Amino acid sequence: MGSQPQTARSEGAKERIARRVAQEMRDGYYANLGVGIPVMVANYIPEGMEVVLEAENGMLGIGPYPFEEQVDPDLINAGKEPVTEIPGSSYFHSADSFTMIRGGHVDITVLGGMEVDEHGNLANWTVPGKKLQGMGGAMDLVAGARRVIIAMEHTTKDGKPKILKRCTLPLTGVGVVDLIVTELAVIEVSPTGLVLHELADGVTPEDVQKVTEATLRVADDLKIMLT
Amino acid sequence: MDKRVANADAAIERLCDGATILIGGFGTCGNPENLIQAVIRKGTKKLTCVSNNVGTPDFGLGLLVSERRVRKVICSFPGQNRACQQQALDGEIEIELAPQGTLVERIRAGGAGIPAFYTPTGVGTVVAEGKEVREFNGKQYLLERALHGHFGFIKAWKGDRWGNLVYRKTARNFNPVWATAADYVIAEVEELVDLGDLDPDGIHTPGIFVDAIFQGTNYVKTIEKPVMRQRA
Repeated sequence: MGSQPQTARSEGAKERIARRVAQEMRDGYYANLGVGIPVMVANYIPEGMEVVLEAENGMLGIGPYPFEEQVDPDLINAGKEPVTEIPGSSYFHSADSFTMIRGGHVDITVLGGMEVDEHGNLANWTVPGKKLQGMGGAMDLVAGARRVIIAMEHTTKDGKPKILKRCTLPLTGVGVVDLIVTELAVIEVSPTGLVLHELADGVTPEDVQKVTEATLRVADDLKIMLT
Repeated sequence: MDKRVANADAAIERLCDGATILIGGFGTCGNPENLIQAVIRKGTKKLTCVSNNVGTPDFGLGLLVSERRVRKVICSFPGQNRACQQQALDGEIEIELAPQGTLVERIRAGGAGIPAFYTPTGVGTVVAEGKEVREFNGKQYLLERALHGHFGFIKAWKGDRWGNLVYRKTARNFNPVWATAADYVIAEVEELVDLGDLDPDGIHTPGIFVDAIFQGTNYVKTIEKPVMRQRA
């Protein structure tokens, strides 16, 4: 039968996703973390591993959130929150920022997703008819980063699949996604379709396929997600 | 050579209705606050504004939008400003969206004498509609055209009478690029220093790009999402 898969609404799902994505980091990586679950990845980078975080608004080496007396309105991240410097931080203008991003200098970009499909297409910037948000730097990030990881809950609030055969929403990028990490699974986008590599503890491949519209091929070395 | 003017009002003396203004800033960070207030006082309208965001309804470019002085915005993320979105729905304001990297490169090109360029950003998305697509080395790229403004409103930290500018932290953002791509570039700085006080190795915008400079006053500098660490 298989147990009922844990839903995103269960305790700590976002943290588990962020913790698993952090395992993709390597010492010396330059990474861009988007708003939402992606920015939480910074909390789980192992002690002693130096990953330099890039903010598209012109900073490398983003430090932790400030204590009240450290808050500086001239020092914010791309989510418009105040941050701090660390030893090695640098500032630059927006054209240089997108030289880094579009020019393939960023090792990993982690973004949220509304829809990802079996071709690696991503839709995460607008829902027609809803409030106009704009794409910001997302399209450049997926076009330029060496590795694109989508960190998102496996289904929508209404339990509908977000991993589809074909995206229905306006696209952010075509064929750009490399890896999808949800609270249920780690899925690779391969040239021949989606490959299920890891499962959350207590979850079966059938559980995941039930809430995924695209067809998942199960990897030979299927593992449990360590989070 | 002395590019100093008395204040923001003096700086925008030649501003007219219908002008295209490049406005520096990322969200509410690094905004040319005095210049925007001066435009409100002057009553100028039907403006086209190029800026990454549209501020908030009561700060930055959002103030001009709330006052209905803007007929078109070219930006990458108007999300924070509901008033702007409402005006767009009502057909009062036109919003042209560009990916952030494309927006900044269009302006960079405009200031650098490059009329157009190819970028991979937006291929296969709505951004590609109506644009030429070309293949280089087996990969597809969109043709994007340069952007230029009549006026550039730049916010910097320090400057001198030659218009040399230094920026502070993430308040830098679009300002140095915007400073290259307008017919008349005005810099508002927090501190005007004597010629020679700025270390030549540390100048971020050489004064060649700047037409007028003044020392601003009463900076508000809001933070859109105040998040802080708590002590245990």
